[in-house]
Amino acid sequence: MIDTIIPKAMPGPDMYKLFNQMDEDNIILSFKGSISKELLSSIYDIMETRLDQTSDDQQRKKKFYHILVESLQNIFHHMEGVSSVEKGSLDKEAMFMVGYHPATGYRILTGNFMKSDEVPALEEKLKKINTLKPDELREYYREKLGSTELSDRGGAGLGFIDMARKSGQKLEFHFQPVEKGIHFFTFSVSIR
Amino acid sequence: MDPLIIEESIKTPTISFDAGSGVLEIKGKSIPENSLEFYKPVFDWLDKYTSSPAQSTEFRVQLEYFNTSSSKCLLDLFRKLEATATSGKSKVKVSWFYEADDEDMMEAGDDYQALVKIPFELIKVEG
Repeated sequence: MIDTIIPKAMPGPDMYKLFNQMDEDNIILSFKGSISKELLSSIYDIMETRLDQTSDDQQRKKKFYHILVESLQNIFHHMEGVSSVEKGSLDKEAMFMVGYHPATGYRILTGNFMKSDEVPALEEKLKKINTLKPDELREYYREKLGSTELSDRGGAGLGFIDMARKSGQKLEFHFQPVEKGIHFFTFSVSIR
Repeated sequence: MDPLIIEESIKTPTISFDAGSGVLEIKGKSIPENSLEFYKPVFDWLDKYTSSPAQSTEFRVQLEYFNTSSSKCLLDLFRKLEATATSGKSKVKVSWFYEADDEDMMEAGDDYQALVKIPFELIKVEG
């Protein structure tokens, strides 16, 4: 595990290469670690300032900000459930990345741990969302909004439906078993 | 009854509810992780207000962003007002403001309009 890029990296050409790689990938935000309310406040603050400086389509910026908030809060709400699982310190950790290119728009990628027994229900939900047309998504959202109760941590269970609806894109996801009882859930959504 | 005034923060909106005039205003962003913590005092105030409301009540919603956690609390606010309107204690209307370039916010107003039986006016604001 020592043989990773940061401990080995020295000031020099490799770092310039790394910079260029990040630039080519159009990464505007990248984070790995534990997700707290305070962290989220800082992220919103940074992204708002950045969006103010970007001369992008106003509606696309708004959609992006909205979906960013929703996707990060999804991870935040989700992590409580995993923390009871024995997983060293990793259980509270997650990752997210945001890419932006004027031509292709924004792309949000997230990754977090989850309990394996919760995978089938989430997978079914995401697959269902992806089969729905825009007007069906609207109906599904309204039906859920009218009937759900907030979880103890304030989750409404509407995040994925909302992201699919606002982005107008299919949600992309993958569940990877990492050890007994634990999966790593990776997710992405594009805002074009 | 004292008005309810809450200053906005990075994740929560300005609340300005005035019992005397019946004008209840919410403005800004509502993206707290747990919206119940924020909306609890708002619900409490509204419960008191609706026991003896002004003749007419206008709920002015001027939100820039709200998350799905808040969407549930907003629905609960609308439902409380719907009950007040149904009981005949106050004539209730909702003024839902959205910026001209924000279709999503207009649709959100439409969502609530479909879920509660109080008159909604969707008002376009030039950004």
